[in-house]
Amino acid sequence: MLKRGLFKSIFQKVDQMFTGRGKIDEELLEELEEALIGADLNIHTTMRALDELRAMVADKRLKDATDVTDHLKRFLWDTLMAGGASPVLSVAPSAPTVYLIVGVNGVGKTTSVAKLAYKLQREGKRVVLAAADTFRAAAVEQLALWGERVGVEVVKGRDGADPAAVVFDAIQAAKARKADYLLIDTAGRLHNKSHLMEELKKINRVVMRELGGRSADETLLVLDATTGQNAVNQAREFKSAVSITGLILAKLDGTARGGIVITIKDELNVPIKLIGTGEKPGDMEYFDAQTFIDALFE
Amino acid sequence: MFESLADKLQDVFKKLSGKGALTEADVAEALREVRLGLLEADVNFKVVKDFIGRIRERAVGVDILEGLHPAQQVIKIVDEELTALLGGEQAPLSFSAKSPTVIMLCGLQGAGKTTHAGKLAQMLRKQGRNPLLVAADIYRPAAIKQLQVVGEQVRTPVFTLDGADPTKIAQAGVAEAIRAGNDIVILDTAGRLQIDETLMAELQRIKVAVKPQEILLVVDAMTGQEAVAVAQGFHEALDVTGLILTKLDGDTRGGAALSIKSVVGRPIKFVGVGEKMDALEVFHPDRMASRILGMGDVLTLIERAEGALDQKKAAEFEKKLRANKFDFEDYLEQMQQVRKMGPLDQILKLIPGLGGAGALKGLEIDESHLARIEGMIRSMTMQERREPGMINGSRRRRIAMGSGSQIQDVNRLLTQFEQMKKMMRGLSGMSGGGMPSLPGMPGAAGKHSGSNKTPSKKNKRKPSPGFKFPFGRH
Repeated sequence: MLKRGLFKSIFQKVDQMFTGRGKIDEELLEELEEALIGADLNIHTTMRALDELRAMVADKRLKDATDVTDHLKRFLWDTLMAGGASPVLSVAPSAPTVYLIVGVNGVGKTTSVAKLAYKLQREGKRVVLAAADTFRAAAVEQLALWGERVGVEVVKGRDGADPAAVVFDAIQAAKARKADYLLIDTAGRLHNKSHLMEELKKINRVVMRELGGRSADETLLVLDATTGQNAVNQAREFKSAVSITGLILAKLDGTARGGIVITIKDELNVPIKLIGTGEKPGDMEYFDAQTFIDALFE
Repeated sequence: MFESLADKLQDVFKKLSGKGALTEADVAEALREVRLGLLEADVNFKVVKDFIGRIRERAVGVDILEGLHPAQQVIKIVDEELTALLGGEQAPLSFSAKSPTVIMLCGLQGAGKTTHAGKLAQMLRKQGRNPLLVAADIYRPAAIKQLQVVGEQVRTPVFTLDGADPTKIAQAGVAEAIRAGNDIVILDTAGRLQIDETLMAELQRIKVAVKPQEILLVVDAMTGQEAVAVAQGFHEALDVTGLILTKLDGDTRGGAALSIKSVVGRPIKFVGVGEKMDALEVFHPDRMASRILGMGDVLTLIERAEGALDQKKAAEFEKKLRANKFDFEDYLEQMQQVRKMGPLDQILKLIPGLGGAGALKGLEIDESHLARIEGMIRSMTMQERREPGMINGSRRRRIAMGSGSQIQDVNRLLTQFEQMKKMMRGLSGMSGGGMPSLPGMPGAAGKHSGSNKTPSKKNKRKPSPGFKFPFGRH
């Protein structure tokens, strides 16, 4: 999967670029820069990579085009792996493990929640979902239908109900059912709307209170792989409001490359944990660094 | 994170000052900043390349050497070219000669098609039209239900056909519109990837079956480099007639607009600016250009102010200001006028130097605080409102009790009111024009000035002490 997703395509492009020429020139470096920017890598990350390459070319540490690609690969690898490999999803010492799913409008939160539920359930876990998006029209129904489809219970709030109250109910339900996992779907919110971020903090407070002072075991920010530079703002704001622990990179089934996650790891140290690759229940994978690196260096 | 392009260009040209004439190398340096600015705004790199080439042609030589302020001139050229590229004039919806006019919405998943079907319906109803919403997204769970709820919100009927395929639903929807006398059909389709051949073919079949007058591609304003591929895919398959740019109420610079526009060449007809059903605006190329360049959006602010403020009352207010007869009654009045313009955080974002760059962080706009002030004023007697000087200790205590606030709050309000009066006395000479009610707001001068500095990094996280909203913040 990762072969056609994510970053692999950068290197296919770069490989094509290098075919038939061994010499390093400014034109080549510019094309490299365009390839990275074209994959939505942040301009600062790109320039940092390019500066490093230029410096190494200047003092002859890189001699031909192959050296350059190799070094670029290492640069991106180091950036992604800084601080160790992406940790797996945390599990609470005492059930239920609670995951809070957040993000801006239309990135694919509800679908991601459903797919993650399906995944956990296939691993033999008992899962309860909380439909805490009581704002968007029919969002609760959307999750309820997914719940039926993948066969997990959904705790619903009425449209317009206080999402924190739905979360409260859902935690009680998850405890009563002895569920292993509770996944909380929240309403989409633009990160620059302070009242909506406050609402999210309130949800967080309810979770902490009901879990005896423990916050959600994972607070996962869903990013749309087609999103550009704004994804960094999203990650920064959500991180400061509810201290996100990881990313779900959704919609990687298209041609988008989602390169912005490299910058998010680089600047905010938030790792990617899951990737969404389609609209079917099974279309979600753990972001596995080893598989990814293999694909990268193949 | 990014300072505005205008600021950067100022810096570039500061270095050049004293040199006299502008050389080709100077222009190249300025254009390097423009290039970075556009890339940071998510404009596609190929589009940027062409664009910079065009600017270079125009900027090197006569044009740029003539002016006294080269920085302003480069910004002006960039702004003009950007505006031209984004679409010279506004493009209204076109209606077919024979009713009903069919408007088809299409786009990627999560772009905002269903929400914008509702917003369009609301807008058309306000214009006296009689639209019918047709739900043809049979794939996403509860998508049809979502349109039904939205339809209820905007009091517009929603048609769908259980178990039918999208083409059938579209055809039956048009037939229903003819039967029921609806003059517009708004067709909501499922989100799809432009590379999904099966689903793109489905859209083509719908197009053949119901011959839409408008095929609007709905695009998320936060889209990155991919915008070009998306636009190309949909345009090649469907020959779209226009675009809707959504989620512009976020802090994205929205460079995708430029990418898409340059690929599709069709006008951006509307922009979505919020989750509410009336959050749909006509697209203004010049404002979008300023936004992409990071120069704020003064025009929108002014227009909103003009729409909300009662001009006669404003004139009266100004007269009072000049005569220094401003009292708590006027204060209350002004407060309500400004609140009519929309949520304060949105309004502040439109101001150059404050928007986007995170300068507003920390400066939390607490609307409930305004409500508290209103409560205090309403607890005053008419006489007290007109002559705040008479409010002594026991009156303060009564006002505090009456409004459920602390006596310190009342004291603070009175002090701030006096300070504001003083400040306004100083400013009253320059008021007039569109916005006499917003003294203290920096940088609402001309949009091309490029002199609106973002507050320095140091106080980004704190409300800057120099900036005070006229109603005071505690």
